[in-house]
Amino acid sequence: MIKQPIKIKELSSSERITNFSEVISGYTEEEAIKEAKRCLQCKNPTCIPGCPVGIDIKKFIYQITEKDYKGAYFTIREKNNFPSICGRVCPAEYQCRKACVMSKKGLPFASPQAINIHFLERFAGDYGMKKNLVAPSNKDKKLSHFKVAVVGSGPAGLCAAGELARVGIKLVIFESLHRPGGVLRYGIPSFRLPRDILDFEIDYLKELGVEIVTNFIIGRLKALEELLTEGFSAVFLGLGAGTPAFLGIPGENLCNVYSANEFLTRVNLMSAYKFPEYHTPINIGKHIIVIGGGNTAMDAARVALRLQKINGISPHTTILYRRTEVEMPARRLEIDHAKEEGIKFNFLVQPQELLGDEQGYVQKIKCLKCSLGEVDSSGRRRSVPIEGSDFEVDCDLAIIAIGLKANKILTSVTPALETDNYGDLIVSPETMQTSVNRVYAGGDIVGGEGTVIEAMGMAKKASQAIIDCLSK
Amino acid sequence: MKITEKKILSEAGGTRIIQLKVASAPIASKVKPGQFIVLMVTEKGERIPLTVVDKDKERGTVTLIFQEVGLTTKLLGRLNKGDCLFALVGPLGHPTEIKNYGKVILVGGGVGIAEIFPVAKALKEEKNSLTTIIGARSKELLILEKELKNFSDEFYITTDDGSSGKKGFTTDILKELLSQGNYDLVYAVGPIPMMKKAALVTKDIKVKTLVSLNPLMVDATGMCGVCRVTVGGEVKFSCVDGPEFDAHLVDWDELAKRNRIYEAKEKHLCNLYKL
Repeated sequence: MIKQPIKIKELSSSERITNFSEVISGYTEEEAIKEAKRCLQCKNPTCIPGCPVGIDIKKFIYQITEKDYKGAYFTIREKNNFPSICGRVCPAEYQCRKACVMSKKGLPFASPQAINIHFLERFAGDYGMKKNLVAPSNKDKKLSHFKVAVVGSGPAGLCAAGELARVGIKLVIFESLHRPGGVLRYGIPSFRLPRDILDFEIDYLKELGVEIVTNFIIGRLKALEELLTEGFSAVFLGLGAGTPAFLGIPGENLCNVYSANEFLTRVNLMSAYKFPEYHTPINIGKHIIVIGGGNTAMDAARVALRLQKINGISPHTTILYRRTEVEMPARRLEIDHAKEEGIKFNFLVQPQELLGDEQGYVQKIKCLKCSLGEVDSSGRRRSVPIEGSDFEVDCDLAIIAIGLKANKILTSVTPALETDNYGDLIVSPETMQTSVNRVYAGGDIVGGEGTVIEAMGMAKKASQAIIDCLSK
Repeated sequence: MKITEKKILSEAGGTRIIQLKVASAPIASKVKPGQFIVLMVTEKGERIPLTVVDKDKERGTVTLIFQEVGLTTKLLGRLNKGDCLFALVGPLGHPTEIKNYGKVILVGGGVGIAEIFPVAKALKEEKNSLTTIIGARSKELLILEKELKNFSDEFYITTDDGSSGKKGFTTDILKELLSQGNYDLVYAVGPIPMMKKAALVTKDIKVKTLVSLNPLMVDATGMCGVCRVTVGGEVKFSCVDGPEFDAHLVDWDELAKRNRIYEAKEKHLCNLYKL
């Protein structure tokens, strides 16, 4: 008999929309053991290949059943530097959980029966954090005189810095913003990733001796070549996908039309939700429309709804998506949370134009209804606008969350760095080395938008290549 | 990020224009005319962009000039020599293309006068013939008069009230000059209505005209897109594609509207903090 999955405790939806506190509270020890015991401990586990970095999931889950939480923590740490972060933000239902034998087959994402691997990872990660477990550093005297620069302090950069510092290499991270963390700081809201978790990981790097230089833009204040000639033996570029894409339809520059990046940065990095104590303003509408179907769209919508609630505006936030719920790239968990919180979904809708009032503020969005067509290159059915199906929706604040493109601030001034048609860096798949000798890259600047865990996987690979290169 | 010098350049009717020198050897060694920085006064503050007016490579300082308008500039104005900024990042944006254009007219309005200063200095070094027009509401609000005069072959002042130079607007003089002679470039920085007018004046006679725009910014590295402007029908990010653009192609009305998005909140902040 297959036991029912152990439900995770969450703040009630009515409570959580009044603040930015973490929604999920995590398993207790007892709950974690119960959930871990549901694992069949397959002879040939399918979940492990489902993990982008190949965590020994079977083993760490077994260790939890044995109450060897420390062991579980270190099993995860072998492959993943930030279990507490990944346990919270990994799209597990598309990865390890989808591959779990308990999940029904043929679905685009895991069914609820799949083992809650991510919640168990989070349990082990938080245990390690609470007990201050430190992955053993393996300082190599031969490497201690090398200095490596990491550009960008998002998931890829933080991971590479940790990997390299642990073997004794002197590490300097350059971050352009005033606080480190990259997308974990400016993009992901604190109700999904509490900032003390991020700060813990950053503090740990500092304890390892990593120097973090904020307010420093490589490509502006220092050229890549200068880093290489001024004592850095290698450079890792974790630049991220930092430029918001827009729809390219009329009215997109009307007032109160935000990119999701701007909206989230104002709230997450600049604390605009605490205006006027914090001075960065943000506008809040009565009819907020978020366009897009990814995690960023969910984050933006859920932040927007909270801002409405906190400011005494009756919550009214709608997501417009051109396909249906099944094709949405967002995590199922986030979609469910968004629904519980009262976000409305309007599927099979394609915006045509944003219409404004005389002062230049957005007032309505003109849309077309769509139907689903053939499967496209993304493997999902494409949306086909239906002619003559025009309709308008009220909208006094719009957030465009349709994806991100490469930020060209460094590549545009560094012609030696080869990029593809999207502006992403071209790297050797084995070593993650770019077209410039001793310069490596990983994360969203390689191959476009991906997940935190994928970014870390690339960073680990690059770090190993750097270590191999310096050990020669 | 330490303030090494503070000077109140002008004070009239509750408006102050202040000059700060801020220590940042790396920025001072890299910054070029036309580029800007972003700063935060306090940890709870906004990120605001300011043009780098001058630099001192030896002392490792950059010069910033600003008018106290909103809360952030007012808080910045309260800082004194020895105080530190919370954050300072730059240089940002594309530098001005400095070369020998021939005959150049520089137009500076209000605090925009400060922004034409580094360009004037650099263009003079390239042996351009410079005609400078500066304007402000009144005599007290004119800044860098002596400094700009030094670089200029011809120099004009206008004030709205006629308290210094010619009564009227900088663009009146611009129009007059263009009707009398040929020029190769007009470089204009000031309030949006002034830049828009300058663009109008030079458009018919097809004189290349550059403006440095001042839209709202947050990160100023191309990440948020709040500074997007329509230039020649295309959306550009002022922070990474600009801040200079061809004045004839800028959608001025859109920019003016977008710059007012937070006007009410700004007023509320100033009232609340009694500044």
